[in-house]
Amino acid sequence: MPGRVLLVEDEANILEAIGFLLSRDGWDVSGHGNGATALEAIDRLEPDVLVLDMMLPGKSGLDILRDLRANPATEALPVLMLTAKGQTRDRDMALALGANAFLTKPFSNTELVETLRDLARVANLDDAAWKGGAA
Amino acid sequence: MPPAIPLPRRAQLTGSRIRDRRLMQGLRQADLAAKAGISASYLNLIEHNRRRIGGKLLVAIARALEVEPATLSEGADATLSEVLHRAAQDMRSRVDPPPEVEMIDALSGRFPGWTGLIVAQHKRTAGLEALVDGLRDRLRHDPVLAESMHEVLSTVAAIRSTADILVREPNLEAPWRARFHRNLHEEAERLSARATAMLAHFENTVPEGSGPSTPLETVEALFEAADHHFPAIEAGGAAAIPQLLAQTAGMTDAATRDLVTRMLEDYARDAARLPLDRMMPAAMAVDFAPDRLLHLGQGDAALVLRRLACLPRESDGSGAPEVGLAICDGAGALLFRRRLAGFAIPRFGAGCPLWPLYGALHRPGQPLAAVLDMPSGAQFQAWAVSQPVAQAGFGAAPVMRATMLLRALAPDTDTPTALPRIAAGPGCHACARSDCPARSMIGPGA
Repeated sequence: MPGRVLLVEDEANILEAIGFLLSRDGWDVSGHGNGATALEAIDRLEPDVLVLDMMLPGKSGLDILRDLRANPATEALPVLMLTAKGQTRDRDMALALGANAFLTKPFSNTELVETLRDLARVANLDDAAWKGGAA
Repeated sequence: MPPAIPLPRRAQLTGSRIRDRRLMQGLRQADLAAKAGISASYLNLIEHNRRRIGGKLLVAIARALEVEPATLSEGADATLSEVLHRAAQDMRSRVDPPPEVEMIDALSGRFPGWTGLIVAQHKRTAGLEALVDGLRDRLRHDPVLAESMHEVLSTVAAIRSTADILVREPNLEAPWRARFHRNLHEEAERLSARATAMLAHFENTVPEGSGPSTPLETVEALFEAADHHFPAIEAGGAAAIPQLLAQTAGMTDAATRDLVTRMLEDYARDAARLPLDRMMPAAMAVDFAPDRLLHLGQGDAALVLRRLACLPRESDGSGAPEVGLAICDGAGALLFRRRLAGFAIPRFGAGCPLWPLYGALHRPGQPLAAVLDMPSGAQFQAWAVSQPVAQAGFGAAPVMRATMLLRALAPDTDTPTALPRIAAGPGCHACARSDCPARSMIGPGA
């Protein structure tokens, strides 16, 4: 069974590019572009891994992460945060709040795919389901 | 540690100097404006330091006032000797042997050209340092810039990911290829617009020529122009505030007007509790030493420190000494500052964690005093106290505020041995002490 990843990112073309990329890598990909309703989307879609942008309309990625960690149902959900380069304070905050990994924009596609595979291991997903992702 | 050299009285702002000169000559604003060929309202903005002035207009105003332009731009108090003293202090710990300050008069007499060069270079360095400090503050704390940066980098991320897919997937299906080409085009357009917007923001935030832009900056400019002393409020209390506001340019913005009003009302309350005719003679009798004036506050040490920071200073250097003041809330956020030459107090963010200002927050109600050794070699005496300013209710912690008064330690005075000495700095972001145990993890040496 493929892993399910939810991308919470308000830039439609980033969503499309990394959605395509992760689909080709075997992920079941969903996208969501609004911070204010992200928690509902997470609740509904029950992803195995979450990719979360830092700056979102309605609610920031950090606030969403804080809420996730405060909820027993999602406290262990592996989260990859996307931050902008140079915003070291955001990165430190994200790690302090319990993000499992972060990438700074602009990131490389290889970095993204590799990081998601690492998080799949955190989520105890079956490596064999990945197209090229056997450990 | 080499002893500090006394600093001259800090130069006033150009606009304030123009106003002083005009009043000395008994000219009305309209008269001077007409002579200089500008409107009275524009001159009013200049005199309240709301507009920068230089070039032809400065020359025209100087001519109308019958003074040299440099007298207005550099100040009559910023004499050659004073600037050389300041230059010597700033570089004292970095040159060996140290500058022979006792020979300043001989130097400027024998080598006026070289002396002029030192002065010009010192002023240029100071101007550039101020510009760097201002830009650094902006970059660290400007939410608009942070958002613009995120937008630009998001666009770059979209372009990079999309282009990578197009290059690395030779057998990409035609509909996907067309879609990604279209996305690339969209993102390129977006990048162009966002980069242009970010540059425009930079242009708008460069300090030169922009004048004060936030309510707090306007308040600071107003207090600095008045040298932190308002005779009308000292004499007439809060009733004098509306008239003062009416005479002050830049009060059309409601937020600015509210903030200025609140700050002046605080000033009026302090003046009423500890009037000038009681404070000034007592302070003069003890050489303005805060520890010998605490009784005047009747339990409110912060009041005494605040009042010492707004006593009148005379143009000949007599009267109250030059002091700095910093006030922060319980979280350490700086709420108000009176700047002091040689001691940088940031407008945003944190100062040095070793300042007694922050130490006082841990010992509420206990006045602290210390000698601060700055990385430049200058020494300052600091007095600080934190006190509750509001009660949050029974059983709840009070709302605290800390106040710190600063004064340069004159070189011919012995360092007070009874006071603790602290190897402090201007704040980790600009501090040269790389081995300081208090250095912030996010500082340049982390």
